[in-house]
Amino acid sequence: MHVTLFVWRQAGPDASGAMQRYETDDVSPDMSFLEMLDVVNETLVGKGEQPIAFDHDCREGICGSCGMMINGVAHGPMKGTATCQLHMRSFADGATIHVEPWRSRAFPVIKDLVVNRAAFDRIIAAGGFVTAPTGAAQDANNILVPKHEADAAMDAAACIGCGACVAACPNGSASLFTAAKISHLGLLPQGQPERRRRALRMVAQMDEEGFGHCTFYGECQEACPKEISIDTIARMNRDYMIATMSHRDERVLGGTG
Amino acid sequence: MAELNAKVPPGPLERKWERHRAEMKLVNPANKRKHTVIVVGSGLAGASAAASLSELGYNVRCFCFQDSPRRAHSIAAQGGINAAKNYQNDGDSVFRLFYDTIKGGDFRSREANVYRLAEVSVNIIDQCVAQGVPFAREYGGLLANRSFGGAQVSRTFYARGQTGQQLLLGAYQALEKEIAKGGVTMFPRTEMLDLVVVNGRARGIVTRDMVSGAIETHLADDVILGTGGYGNVYFLSTNAKGSNVTAIWRAYKRGAAFANPCYTQIHPTCIPVSGEHQSKLTLMSESLRNDGRVWVPKRQEDCAKPPNQIPESDRDYYLERKYPAFGNLSPRDIASRAAKEVCDEGRGVGPGGRGVYLDFADAITRLGRKTIGERYGNLFEMYQRITDENPYEVPMRIYPAVHYTMGGLWVDYNLMSNVPGLHVIGEANFSDHGANRLGASALMQGLADGYFIVPLTIGDYLGSTKLERVAEDHPDVRATEEAVRERTARLLAINGSRTVMSIHRELGKLMWEYCGMSRDKAGLAKALVEIPRLREEFWHDVRVPGTGAELNQSLEYAGRVADFLELAELMCLDALDREESCGAHFRVEHQTADGEALRNDDEFAYVASWDYAGAGKPPVLRKEPLVFENVHLSQRSYK
Ligand SMILES: Cc1cc2nc3c(=O)[nH]c(=O)nc-3n(C[C@H](O)[C@H](O)[C@H](O)COP(=O)(O)OP(=O)(O)OC[C@H]3O[C@@H](n4cnc5c(N)ncnc54)[C@H](O)[C@@H]3O)c2cc1C
Ligand code: SF4
Ligand code: FES
Repeated sequence: MHVTLFVWRQAGPDASGAMQRYETDDVSPDMSFLEMLDVVNETLVGKGEQPIAFDHDCREGICGSCGMMINGVAHGPMKGTATCQLHMRSFADGATIHVEPWRSRAFPVIKDLVVNRAAFDRIIAAGGFVTAPTGAAQDANNILVPKHEADAAMDAAACIGCGACVAACPNGSASLFTAAKISHLGLLPQGQPERRRRALRMVAQMDEEGFGHCTFYGECQEACPKEISIDTIARMNRDYMIATMSHRDERVLGGTG
Repeated sequence: MAELNAKVPPGPLERKWERHRAEMKLVNPANKRKHTVIVVGSGLAGASAAASLSELGYNVRCFCFQDSPRRAHSIAAQGGINAAKNYQNDGDSVFRLFYDTIKGGDFRSREANVYRLAEVSVNIIDQCVAQGVPFAREYGGLLANRSFGGAQVSRTFYARGQTGQQLLLGAYQALEKEIAKGGVTMFPRTEMLDLVVVNGRARGIVTRDMVSGAIETHLADDVILGTGGYGNVYFLSTNAKGSNVTAIWRAYKRGAAFANPCYTQIHPTCIPVSGEHQSKLTLMSESLRNDGRVWVPKRQEDCAKPPNQIPESDRDYYLERKYPAFGNLSPRDIASRAAKEVCDEGRGVGPGGRGVYLDFADAITRLGRKTIGERYGNLFEMYQRITDENPYEVPMRIYPAVHYTMGGLWVDYNLMSNVPGLHVIGEANFSDHGANRLGASALMQGLADGYFIVPLTIGDYLGSTKLERVAEDHPDVRATEEAVRERTARLLAINGSRTVMSIHRELGKLMWEYCGMSRDKAGLAKALVEIPRLREEFWHDVRVPGTGAELNQSLEYAGRVADFLELAELMCLDALDREESCGAHFRVEHQTADGEALRNDDEFAYVASWDYAGAGKPPVLRKEPLVFENVHLSQRSYK
């Protein structure tokens, strides 16, 4: 296959970026999108130029490292698919493809297609956990979890933290990511004691990081490689509402991390 | 050279850990916060250790090369984690898990460590459930279990096909909780490039900030490496692309012994290679073998035919035929070699004849498409995405691939290397798995080490050792930092004509060919000529563009491949030296009349531990004899 690429090149956080055009003939339809970029990079290095920087690791759709806007769509044209699992057979021979980094104020560009998603970690640090000190847990079967609840929790827990939801959202909201975690833990008995506190603190942190508000465009759900449901956001909002009524003291605390 | 002392506590097997725990030195709670511990790695081993140590009150600094600790390679584990809970009442017990693990490793691991692993396995599940890990449940609300390759009991806990992800998120969340509290300082996108050893003790690390390029030294009272395995020495493997040997290799060059480097697990159920462009191999969870049947055509002529046109009578279900007791669930080394054998006979299917069928037709008829979809849906989807074939309709094609490395830094019962103050956990150490790792046991080991073992044994070390003050300007610290700077500058200055990837690919081919699923003397000898040649070429002709003072992925990669080029040689030396077949190490010269691995317990029941002897000098072998007091060394037979 032949493809024409327009790739966002930006030398550093403070440098100005621009789209660069690359032509390549060595593309097989069985290649993944990242393998195609590998081929382009091999040629660039051969010519003494800087290869395109992009994040990746597992290359099997689970670590959440990879992610780029492909023709304006987060993770590209295939639904429910991370960039590393997108294959070139999804494109026509001779296609022109635009590749850009995630666009969001809260995810500053580090270089080329690499962005800083540390804000996600700080949202988790604000309350996205169950406080269970190591070594003293009771027998795991002492607390029963109905299968449908465990399954629903798992549906939400499948979030890989890639950031596509933020990149796809016209407001740059991190609601789907945050709601996925709040739902995962909120659906399990172990998550109940800290449920309200968690919602308050995580939502406050999300605001503090400069993510936008959710106005239910639904673009996040469309872009999510794990097809996390937007219903989780409704769940988060409900938890948050109830929490603001009952946990006023924590609300002041919230956001201070 | 001194003997390696495994420091196994005395007393009966079942009491060793309990007794050791009671006898270990403690650090006064008020003093813990005065101790700084470095944890390199935030996978299951590293994240669980860092979080637990911080809970105990230590001052922890944790490092990883990804942008977030949540992305460590552990996230990719699919199938499950073992624990001797006996929830299914199928006769499981701590002893049985211990025995299966010892036997699965072909009697090449230390009894006391493995027993403790089985013992602690029970607590791991409790801990993870308490953290909110959404393990699969039965309708009644109890935890569900399944059986996994090589086991005849159902002791594997799982979270859909994403067990590693969920366990890692549990540990990561615990870690973030401690980061928020201030007990852990996290250094993402930071790569450890050397180990600081002062007066024979590990006292810190030298790192490169992967964004700014800054080279920095971090000093501490103890260094824990949880940096994962080195399967990527083969270029193609199921590992994440960033997985590397650098941290433990640098430690090896600073005096830590490297044990059993040649033990590599080959996983039988991966998606076959489709072309030269391929950058990694994707594993299909072993759980698929619970319902899928493995076969190839009986006749070579049939291999090109569509599988549905090959009648039952012309199919060879070779695992069921050769190993009736375990059939499709035979252990990984056996299933892998059997696949290679039928392909070597010319009966392989798919491109290049390097594939066998994993067929769900019977299971779909028996259980219905819906049940199969519920069990394996996401795996089927993944397969279809990669191969463009629908496994509900045509059988999957699978082939073995490099998956896990059982070798690693030598550690004693306390998980401390022979360099005092250097602990090694998870896949980075050599312990527990012997010559072959069973399914669902790596996750178990990573979390056992991190949550339950190293947080206690570190206290023993710190509580019983008087550490001198070490300052940044200590000559040994300075020299280590300088060595890192020099090496980085050297890589950038070569400016040759070859890309790092092309050399890595070439190294991988050599390793797969000569030190892969089966090895022989001539092949290993050949590799030992070719690898140094390739290493020369690398250091004279590689091209690393850009500078050191920026995010430079070529530079990161070059540093890792440089270390793989050295490790590869040690792996071949070790494989050559071990004149027997055991587990995943199959020396063609040592097999039974019917082609099974032939162990030699009289001469090789030891851990092969290698010491670095200096540049250009052959490494020195030290042997830790393995003593079996509680199990009988028996030939492993799965017939
Ligand atoms: C596809 C796949 C499926 C698997 N399925 C299973 C399964 O079902 N059951 C099972 O038991 N096992 C399974 N395994 C094996 C298991 O996942 C691994 O052995 C285990 O997760 C390793 O954990 P770890 O913590 O030791 O290392 P890793 O998870 O590899 O973590 C290594 C850490 O070290 C860091 N690091 C490495 N080098 C450096 C450096 N130089 N500087 C700074 N940081 C560094 C990395 O950033 C990372 O945080 C599977 C493996 C694969 C590849
Ligand atoms: S919710 Fe979906 S898109 Fe957002 S971070 Fe999680 S996996 Fe990615
Ligand atoms: S590289 Fe891990 S999800 Fe794409």
